Amino acid sequence: MRETPAPAVLQRTPLHRLHLELNARMVPFAGYEMPVQYSRGILKEHLHVRAAAGLFDISHMGQFAVRARSGHGEDAASALERVVPVNLIGLAVDRQRYALLTNDAGGIRDDLMIANQRDRFLIIANAACKDADEVYLREMLSARCEIERLDDRALLALQGPLAELVLAPLVPQVTAMRFMDVRAVTLLGGDSVISRSGYTGEDGFEISVPAALAEPVARELLADARVEMIGLGARDSLRLEAGLCLYGADLDETTTPVEAALEWSIQASRRKGGSRAGGFPGADIVLDQLERGAPRRRVGLRPDGRAPIRHGMRLFAYRQAPDPIGVVTSGGFGPSVNAPVAMGYVTAAAAASTAPLWAELRGERIPVQLSKLPFVPSTYKR
Amino acid sequence: MLKFTNDHEWVLIEGDFATIGITQFAQEQLGDLVFVDLPKPSSALQAGGAAAVVESVKAASDVYAPISGEVVEINQRVIDDPTLINSDPAGAGWLFKMTIADRPQLDKLMDEAAYQALMASSQPA
Repeated sequence: MRETPAPAVLQRTPLHRLHLELNARMVPFAGYEMPVQYSRGILKEHLHVRAAAGLFDISHMGQFAVRARSGHGEDAASALERVVPVNLIGLAVDRQRYALLTNDAGGIRDDLMIANQRDRFLIIANAACKDADEVYLREMLSARCEIERLDDRALLALQGPLAELVLAPLVPQVTAMRFMDVRAVTLLGGDSVISRSGYTGEDGFEISVPAALAEPVARELLADARVEMIGLGARDSLRLEAGLCLYGADLDETTTPVEAALEWSIQASRRKGGSRAGGFPGADIVLDQLERGAPRRRVGLRPDGRAPIRHGMRLFAYRQAPDPIGVVTSGGFGPSVNAPVAMGYVTAAAAASTAPLWAELRGERIPVQLSKLPFVPSTYKR
Repeated sequence: MLKFTNDHEWVLIEGDFATIGITQFAQEQLGDLVFVDLPKPSSALQAGGAAAVVESVKAASDVYAPISGEVVEINQRVIDDPTLINSDPAGAGWLFKMTIADRPQLDKLMDEAAYQALMASSQPA
């Protein structure tokens, strides 16, 4: 998680009062006042999510509804396929996909979740990117689509092995949902959209509710003794252990989907030889890289010892090497693996080798092993 | 004699030696600690120089030498369990012991009353 300098006025989510009541330590993040942790602290909050169920306020994220002006869902899918290298025409109703918004250099503007809700696509965007995403989507899609920014809605995440058990009494439909299913349901009398997905590697749900219902829903879930409120600090350590990218750290306008090891998000129909190959910004570069590889690649990293390596630290092929062959893009301590973990980009050659690398940490070089991702196995209900 | 620094370290002076740790206020600000890097025994520290590093989940923070002297002992327990600094920062969570090379330097450190005043002014409004 990167803390940003505070603008003149920070925005607040509908759960602000609840955060203060729960003794949250609030920090500026993407223009919002957000809870980085509560009284238990990041380590305990992290472990609680993997053991039971954690509730996160992620209302700072962007929610957009995209509808075809024609009234035909396929027209919205086809329009959206112009901006992401994803098969959306083939995305079934009540399903969602992870999608990268690309730029003309094949880099990434943002990473999104896109859900097909039959009469509209629901897009979840990163908080730091949502304003720029809105401008871009309107520029690219307005001819064929209406774009509605859903600022009157909150977003909560309930994550952990007990999430389904906690949510089922309130929303019985969740027991039939599998990973990446999306349902429109009624929750505490309001219109809610629930996806079975998240950013922790655990089973869980992301729950969109009207802003006015955010606090009642949160309190209802917190009334279950198995649920604890979890801050952005633990959200970051959980996603890092899960090998999930953070936009702005692991992904940016210079990283391509292939470099980022996110080729899996590009379905065959959008690749060379597919029925709708290319047709998104940077397609030439991305399609070429899908065939021939990219000069660098995102990898998992495990430093020897206990000292964390962190974003920005340089990586070298051997201890005395004068020039770096990569850089750490996310790093910290993994409470569930009880060791420092990190991700970074290295040359394709280094990524393919089993040789240890060396990270520069406070002027010293320490050995770092390449690691498969995720560091903790995922437990999605597939 | 117990003294404090502007950087929220405590200094326990007993005869010819000073024991250094971070205060309750500091550990609260840092959050859960996951790694501690202590100076080598017998290394020489200069007043105001970086002596140790404590790392939380989110970031690394320097601990500075409050006075000049030689490191005589480091606390292996906090290396093995950095959260000891969170749970007992003024006791079992001590970081290192050092000699006092220049006793007048002790006069530049704050007493407890002055440190309490500093903390009061550090609290967010």
